[in-house]
This record gives sequence, structure tokens and C-alpha cells, in this order.
Amino acid sequence: MKLFLILLSAMLINNYVFIRFLGICPFLGVSKKVSTALGMGVAVIFVLVMSSAISWLLDLLLIALKLEFLRTIVFILVIATFVQFVEMFLKKNNPNLYEALGIYLPLITTNCIILGIAIVNSLSKYNLLEAIFNSLGAGIGFMIALIIFATIRERMELYDVPKPFQNLPISMITASLLSLAFMGFQGMIK
Amino acid sequence: MSSRLSEFTKGLIKDNPTYVQVLGMCPTLATTTSAKNGFGMGIAATAVLVMSNVVISAIRKTVPEKIRIPIFITVIATFVTIVDLLMHAFTYDLWKTLGLFIPLIVVNCIIMGRAEAYASKHGIVDSLLDGLGMGAGFTLSLTVLGSIRELLGNGTIFDISIWGKAFNMFVMILPPGAYLTLGLLAALFAAISIKREEKAKKQASQIQRSGDIK
Repeated sequence: MKLFLILLSAMLINNYVFIRFLGICPFLGVSKKVSTALGMGVAVIFVLVMSSAISWLLDLLLIALKLEFLRTIVFILVIATFVQFVEMFLKKNNPNLYEALGIYLPLITTNCIILGIAIVNSLSKYNLLEAIFNSLGAGIGFMIALIIFATIRERMELYDVPKPFQNLPISMITASLLSLAFMGFQGMIK
Repeated sequence: MSSRLSEFTKGLIKDNPTYVQVLGMCPTLATTTSAKNGFGMGIAATAVLVMSNVVISAIRKTVPEKIRIPIFITVIATFVTIVDLLMHAFTYDLWKTLGLFIPLIVVNCIIMGRAEAYASKHGIVDSLLDGLGMGAGFTLSLTVLGSIRELLGNGTIFDISIWGKAFNMFVMILPPGAYLTLGLLAALFAAISIKREEKAKKQASQIQRSGDIK
């Protein structure tokens, strides 16, 4: 039950994009089309779950060695290396998936949701399973946010937006309304 | 000297990292619940930016081209850790409010972007000024955003009461308010730059016309 609550909380109630502001750059960058949003979402979920499991294990080592203050440095290097490995592995073993995810993978290293979740897991002292569920929920939540936003933006192409509001401002205001909608989930779990 | 000065001032308005270049959105949105928090975040990011710019510029000739990115990240992460520990020791309340977003300065695109685009190609003094200017621009936009949200949501700026509790819109402090304020400010920036362009065009055409008459 606790696992389910963690999953739901990360996915909807504390949606990392709309409520906690992680991963805004790719959220604004690759949300022009639904198909790219889908690709990015899948890539993020995959990397997020794997890297949070790895950084959870490393965190054990850091705590055992009393080197917790090195957490930021170690996590970011591990994530950057891991993304590189995944890219090389997929290129060699699964070219189809590589083609599908290829361009999104390098972008993920700079996505703060990956490092953010790794640090959140370590700060809230989750065990391995809870950490995996939290990152899975965060990844799915990110994908939901991205797809909703991309759908709205596809329709917005057809409308006549006043010139100063084009691109960033109108996206921000749309995100504001979506965030207001997601605030409605607050108080679902007490 | 004037070119040195422009290295500093370009970050404030012309290449403002937040409104013009749209970099570093996550901390911009998340930490501007009040003017104080926005200002604190801006200063922390500026400190990291200036120090990492100087170090990266100093080692730029010895770093091999192919592995420069991991090296830059390590340099930046080191300074972020230093700032994190310093804030924990001296400004504990601020450290607690900013929380997760202090370690996340590592992945702030402004810092990596300046390292890659500027510090790895220019001298130490120029990079220092560039870091200071960009940091000042970032701090300025965060403080403005934080002040507006604090004023509308809580009736205060930097904890100084402006109109009391009369017209508080609490939503401005909540996440939707962050997106809304940033969207409106970005629209304002765009409107001003469009007006300026039109004015410049008008002047140019007028000059041309007066030239034709002569």
C-alpha cells in the first residue's frame, strides 16, 4: 500500500513538473509534437528508474564511508556516464530502439529531474523498492505532463496568439493553468 | 575598458539569461516564492558561476577536447558542494527553504552553458566579468520575479509590508503563480523589444526618405 501511495503521489499529487518544478527545460523544449513527447517520456522513465537504482546503491557506499558530502559530485558523474553507456549499448544491441530514443538520450543528462529524484530518494531515506517506485512515478508523471502539454501546443498552432505572447509566454500561461488543475489532486491522500 | 564593461553589462538586459535566453527555468520557477528566496538562489548560482568560470578558463588549455564536458561538470559540482556546505553552515534557514535546488545548481543550464560557450574560449578576467554579469542578470530576474509574487501573494517585499493583508492572492505563491508571473513578464519583455524594433525601423525609413528628398 505504501508503495502504491508513493507511486501515485509522485505521478499526480506532487507532479514533478507542475508542482515541484523539475525538468522544465525539456518540458518546454520537446513538447511541440505528441510523437516526440512520447519518445522523450519513455527515454526519461527508463533512465530515471535505472539511474535512481544505481545511485541508491552508491548512496549506501557513501554513507558507509561517511562521505555524504560528495553525493552531488558522485551522482552527477554516475548519471552522465550511465546515459553514455545506455546510448552505446542500445546502438550496438538494439538499433531500432536506439533510432527511436537516440536523439533524446544525450539531452537527458542535463535534465534536472534525474539528479533531483536521486537526491530526493536519498534525502527521504527510501529503501530500494520505494526509491524505484518513486522514480517510476516521477517518470510517468513527467510523461503525462509532457503529452498533455504537447497536445495543447499542437492545437495552439492553429490559433492567432498576440505577437508578444507567442512561444514562451503563452506556454508559460498554459502551464500555469495546467498546474492549477494538478493542484486539485492535493489533499487526495491525507 | 569599455569592451570589458560590456562583458559585464550584457548579462543584465541584452542577453538576460532568464527572459531572453530562457535558461535555468527550474530554479527560477521553484525558488521565487519570496524576494528573499529568489535573491538567495541568485547569489548562490552567481557564486558557483563566477568560480567555475574562472577555474575553467584557467585550465582551458590543458583540458583535452574530447573529455571536456565531464571535467567541466566535475569542476562545477565541486563548487556547488562548497556553496552547499557554506550555506548549511551560515544561512541555515535559507538553505532549508531552497533545499533540493542547491545541489541542482549543477545541472543549471546557465552554468554549463557559460562554461562551454564562453569560459572555455576566453581569458580569466573576461570570464570572471562574464560570470559576474550573467550571475547579476540571473539574480536580478529572480529577485524581480520573487518580489512580484511576494507582493501579490503576501502583500510584502523582502518581508517589508506594502499594503498589508488587504488584497492577497495566495495562488501567486503556489506553483501556478510562478508560471503565470514568468509568462506575463516574458510577454512584457517581448512587447518592449518588438516596440523597439518597430521604432528603429521607422527611424531608418525616415532617414532614407529625407535622404531621397535631398
